[in-house]
Amino acid sequence: MTSYLARRAGIVLVSLFGASVAVFAVLAVLPGSPAQVILGTQATPQAVRQLSAQIGTNKPLWDQYLHWVHGLLIGQLGQSYISHQPIGPQIAQALTVTGPLILLALAVGTLVALPLGLGGALHNGKLTGALLGGLSQVGIAVPSFVGGIVLIIIFGVKLRLLPSSGFPGWSEPGQALRSLVLPAATLGLVEGAILSRYVRASVLDQLRSDYLRTARSKGLSRARALWRHGLRNAMVPLVTVLGLELAALIVGAIVVENVFSLPGVGQLLLNAVGNRDLLVVQDIVMLLAAVVLVINLVVDLSYRLLDPRVRD
Amino acid sequence: MTAAPVEIAGACQRDRAGIRRWARNPSAAAGGALVGLIVAVALVSLVWTPYPPLAVDPSHSLAGPSWSHPLGTDQYGRDVLSRLMAGSRVSLYAGVVSVLVATVAGVPAGLLAAQWGGVPAQVVLRLSDVLYAFPALLAAIVLSAALGSSTTTAMLAIGIAFVPVLVRVTRSNALVVLGSDYVLAARAYGRRPLAILRRHVLPNIATTLIAQMSLLFSLAILAEAGLDYLGLGTTPPTASWGDMIQTAQNYLSQDPLLSVWPGTAIFLAVLGFSLLGEGTAELRNARLGRSA
Repeated sequence: MTSYLARRAGIVLVSLFGASVAVFAVLAVLPGSPAQVILGTQATPQAVRQLSAQIGTNKPLWDQYLHWVHGLLIGQLGQSYISHQPIGPQIAQALTVTGPLILLALAVGTLVALPLGLGGALHNGKLTGALLGGLSQVGIAVPSFVGGIVLIIIFGVKLRLLPSSGFPGWSEPGQALRSLVLPAATLGLVEGAILSRYVRASVLDQLRSDYLRTARSKGLSRARALWRHGLRNAMVPLVTVLGLELAALIVGAIVVENVFSLPGVGQLLLNAVGNRDLLVVQDIVMLLAAVVLVINLVVDLSYRLLDPRVRD
Repeated sequence: MTAAPVEIAGACQRDRAGIRRWARNPSAAAGGALVGLIVAVALVSLVWTPYPPLAVDPSHSLAGPSWSHPLGTDQYGRDVLSRLMAGSRVSLYAGVVSVLVATVAGVPAGLLAAQWGGVPAQVVLRLSDVLYAFPALLAAIVLSAALGSSTTTAMLAIGIAFVPVLVRVTRSNALVVLGSDYVLAARAYGRRPLAILRRHVLPNIATTLIAQMSLLFSLAILAEAGLDYLGLGTTPPTASWGDMIQTAQNYLSQDPLLSVWPGTAIFLAVLGFSLLGEGTAELRNARLGRSA
């Protein structure tokens, strides 16, 4: 187990290193130096040189790379080339929106996926099962931004029940929560639809298992046998899926924040892309990649802890 | 020589039976119909759309559905139906290119990893693990920040992100075939590894790969539309479904239907390709006597 842990952690580190080199390299080959991009085409060469020296982009690439990675490791994310604001606090501020959004979406997704998947498995081969399966298929084919816009049309424009855009800040907790309802529902429904297929497959697996047949032949009802013997085993693969779902939610939040104009990490990232604010792009992409990779690692390890058969 | 016609007749019969089985599978039939419809619309749009998709008509901006504009017009008075038809080309094009990128890189890598094992296989698998762990959307964002937004950038990013999926599917299925008795016989007979891959492995894993490619196609359409929506893909004024939704969002209170049409188009396209892929996989599993 320890050697496995070490190997997996090693893979994560190598992945992160590869990702950092790739992200840095892709953005470093941009035509025009960052100083040139910031100052525009009208700037004098002298002004460009001066700014390059100031933000350190006149140094060799490997030096810039090491400086950036070192900064990431000690939590110094640097300053935006465009707004000259420190990047760390901006990300922290954005996380106060993205974090709660993801947690709410995770709750919605789980609440959708469990009944949908369980129902689909128990009614497998019957009309209800086919309908539930069709429902999840529909949920998968609807892109989150389309789903979000449909929710905006229904609840924001027609019924005027919920705010459909913007975020008032946590100084008004009630209003803030209200403006997270539609985004979280959008994210959660899409992920829940995907998750429900895993739930269904996992429960179906249990229903076909020998020990469940034994439990049934002992005289337990199907529901009781499933509850006592099946569900606990069905949960093991679901932990993996839940983790993968969390990773998917982090990426999905980038899109959904854009739909609902929420000032979260995703919007910060897309604005930075639009403004060519490269350091901000680099920092956020690396942070998100790191989070996703670590989640994958934790999922993988917990899978082994929960299911002794997977060990070594 | 006399056996040849019989063989051909047998093959035809098998094909016809295959097509009939395929048409009787609800997923495959529904998916095939949807895909056929979208391909037909895209082909028609090459030679005919009710109006030119880029033709601006300020006197008819945001006009709702009418006889002259069945799905209404957008804020510049452009005909929505025409743009919807033209947009199907972007989606199909994006799907074809990104799946092609993934196939050209992923399938040979997967075959190589299965046939030769050892260090090259380990390198291929580890690389694909690293790529798999990196979220595709982030890759697309980085690429588009560097290269600027375009359909090509989006397709490239999506295609690269799909490579590890095909590496895995190809390798695991190829390993099964390579472990079979007839491959052992072919080896004993002195067939070269490449010939074994071509004669035995590829034909046997083709259906599985096609099913997987169809699923990836649906994901590519979904991803490309998302990138267009975020302004990271196809740039206006070219008609793309994602971009149409992005602009329609500004007019939700005046004309909510404006965003519903392209949304429905994306939904149907994604559903079509994913059903087709799923149905094909089901048929494959049924033929091999596996449960789905």
